[in-house]
Parts: sequence; C-alpha cells; structure tokens
Amino acid sequence: MFRNQYDTDVTTWSPAGRLFQVEYAMEAVKQGSAAIGLRSKTHVVLGCVNKANSELSSHQKKIFEVDDHIGVAIAGLTADGRVLSRYMRNECINYSFTYESPLPVGRLVVQLADKAQVCTQRSWKRPYGVGLLVAGLDESGAHLYYNCPSGNYFEYQAFAIGSRSQAAKTYLERRFENFTGSSRDDLVKDAIMAIRETLQGETLKSSICTIAVVGAGEPFHVLDQGTVQQIIDTFETAAEQEDPATEPDAATGQEAAAEQGTAADHGGSTDEGAAPMDI
Amino acid sequence: CVAIAGADYCVIAADTRMSTGYNILTRDYSKICKLADKCVMASSGFQADVRALQKQLAARHLIYQHQHNKQMSCPAMAQLLSNTLYYKRFFPYYSFNVLGGLDNEGKGCVFTYDAVGSYEKVGYSSQGSGSTLIMPFLDNQLKSPSPLLLPAQDAVTPLVEAEAIDLVKTVFASASERDIYTGDKLELVIINAAGIRREYMELRKD
Repeated sequence: MFRNQYDTDVTTWSPAGRLFQVEYAMEAVKQGSAAIGLRSKTHVVLGCVNKANSELSSHQKKIFEVDDHIGVAIAGLTADGRVLSRYMRNECINYSFTYESPLPVGRLVVQLADKAQVCTQRSWKRPYGVGLLVAGLDESGAHLYYNCPSGNYFEYQAFAIGSRSQAAKTYLERRFENFTGSSRDDLVKDAIMAIRETLQGETLKSSICTIAVVGAGEPFHVLDQGTVQQIIDTFETAAEQEDPATEPDAATGQEAAAEQGTAADHGGSTDEGAAPMDI
Repeated sequence: CVAIAGADYCVIAADTRMSTGYNILTRDYSKICKLADKCVMASSGFQADVRALQKQLAARHLIYQHQHNKQMSCPAMAQLLSNTLYYKRFFPYYSFNVLGGLDNEGKGCVFTYDAVGSYEKVGYSSQGSGSTLIMPFLDNQLKSPSPLLLPAQDAVTPLVEAEAIDLVKTVFASASERDIYTGDKLELVIINAAGIRREYMELRKD
C-alpha cells in the first residue's frame, strides 16, 4: 500500500516510522540458506547449509574464520558477507598488533553494528544484505551474537537465520536450556540435528552442511567432511535402532577420540568467485 | 646471527645477549622469530625496530593465510620482507636480517638483507656485530658459487645437518672470544622436513 511510496531510498522514513529499505535488507537475509549457531559455557558451534547453484558448481563459502578465537557464519548476500569478514579480520589483526591480545568479541560486534548503521543513514549507500552469526571466545567466556543489516545486534544462547530457519529455531528452543552445560561433542550433534530440521526431508549428508567449532583450547576451525559424516552416521544408526532424539552414548565415546577437529578449511579457495550472490 | 642452508635442512642461529654500549641489558633475549611453518628470521640491530618488523610480518602473514588458505613459502616471505624494509626507505628499520627456511621443494634456503631491503638468496650468511669475524670463516669453509653464474649452480652447502650445526657452534664460540657483543648463550633453530627444533649452547659470559 503505502509501503511502495516510502521505500525508494534508505534515507526516507515512512509515516509509520519505519525504514523500508532496511527491512527489505532483512528480507534478503531470510532468503539466504540457513545458518545456525549455539553455545555452551566453553564452546560455540556454527553450522550452515551448503547451497550450490547447480550440480556443476561448488557451494558458496558461508563460514569464515576471522581470528583464532572468532568465526562468523553468514546468510544473505554472500558477497557482502565476504567484505564484512575481511573487515573483521583486519580489525582483529590491528587490535592484536596494538594490544598484543585477542579482540574481545563484544567489541568487534559493536564495530560491525556501527558499520552497518552507517549504511542506513547515507543516501548514497545501501544496507548490507547479510546477517552474521558471530561466534567467539574471549576472557568473559563463549559468545554468540547476531548482527542484522539494520545495525542491531543481540547475544544469543542459540539462533538460526536464513530460509526455513524457523524449524531449526523450534528445535533449539526446546533444547537450549541444556546447552550451557553441554559437552563440545553434544553441542556439535545438536548443531547437526538443528540443520537437519531446516532440510525438511532432504537426506542429511556431510556434503550438504558445514560445521565449525571454537572453544577453550580449540582455535576456530571448520570440521572436515569425514568427521561430520561420522557424527551423522551415529544418529542415523540410532534412528534405525528405534532410539529417536537421544544421543547414543557408546558411540559418543568413540566419536570423541575421532573428532580431534583438524584445521582443514574445507570448501576450498575456488569458491570465492564461482557463484553469484546467495539468494 | 648466522644461517646456513643445506640440501634438505636450514640452520639459523643467533646469540641471546642484548647490550647497549659497554653494558649488557639481558643475557636471555631471543633474536629469532618464526614467521611461518617453514620460515624463520634472525635479526640483529636495534631490537625495538626488530620487534616492530616481526609483528608487521606476522600480521601480513595472517592476511595471506586468510586469502590463500595456506602458509607463505620462504621465497614469498623473503620478497615480503624486502618490500616491508624498503617501504621505510627514508626512516629505516634499524635491523639486519637473515631469513632461513625450506623452499617449496624442501631445499634449504637463506636470504640475507641490509637495513633497507636489498636481499639475495645465498647458501650461508651472517649479520650483526660478530659478522666481520664470522663471515670470512664461513667463506673459507662453505664457499659457494655465485648465484649469478650460468649454468645456475646450487648455492646450498654439501654438508650434512650435524656438520652444519657443529660449524655454527664453532663459529659462535670463536666470535665470542673477541667480540664483546657476542656471548652468553647461543640459540639454534633447525628446520627440516620433520619440522622445527631448537637447541641451546652456552657461550662465554664476558
């Protein structure tokens, strides 16, 4: 209705007191493929659904390492996400250079939010069309933040963004109270199960999702496909044994040894220019 | 500081004495810095500038890793160091560097620099106050053909790792006898296919 009259540029308010361009930017985030994050007291896990434009192309990289102690998962315009990751990496490097210590996650998130806000108040700019789940560890513990294109940011115990994220959010809402005390492996399992919710029927395989972990004594790294597939196999087997949502304990014990996540950054450097924006 | 390159290893060494004028500030200061998995730099000169240079290179290396998903090779780091030094051509880093490591094929390589970034790939080198005493002896023991010769000849020494380490220890022990700025302790870093290891040797304390 009136919506179309006041949405031409970002510096125009609507009579209802809304900035439509910013809201449209948030829509772009909802169109991107899902990304989820959850945290315990000592670890944070990020996961995302790999979406490839066609069977021939490789999938887009949606999880970026920002520093040893911070990583980010994005949903929306991946090009914007890449640019923001580069900014975040630079900020971390500059901070370490000056202060010889890792950048506290909360500070980085505020800087990011301020950067996003600038784009909502300049007529010659447009808002970033990407939502970022920032996962990090600093002196005050493990953190998970969500940065919106509007310049707002919130801290979460667990969150999901992107398409069909509501299913994942419902799953996380049911379980989040247990997350603080969860072990790292249980957290990874929950992340994969949350991703499975967003797939809604598609088979869950390691090629369709990417998982990354950061924690105490564990620098941020992406888990390699083999490890992820092993975890998936454990609960597929559990389902066959008619043992639905509970984790199989014996297999968990074996998994823990196998899961010493190595720093193999899977996804490959060929992705960067390969596919257009994630819509 | 000294570095020697071999067929499949590289030895980089520096003493651990920090001094000013006729005084010793500390007997236990490391002048060797690991820049990448297979690349190590030893520097003598003004240590504050050395420290700043090390931090600059570490930050640039991190950026490289983010962009290329891999560690920088030794020859790439060598060029980066040269550019970084020349960038401050008109207010130089007072730092005399020697870069050592394994190149992409696993062969040892040593690069030697002046304060403003002029560099050369060599088979061995020394920089710093003791170099006037050390370099002629290395020339005598390890004389390698010029890199400008054609056909291109290998600059790396035919010595094995143990012999090269022994040579380095001898050379520092001799330099400590006559150079007041060299002494206390020798720190050796040896890079080979198996990884990096450190060794220490006591030197004269006077």
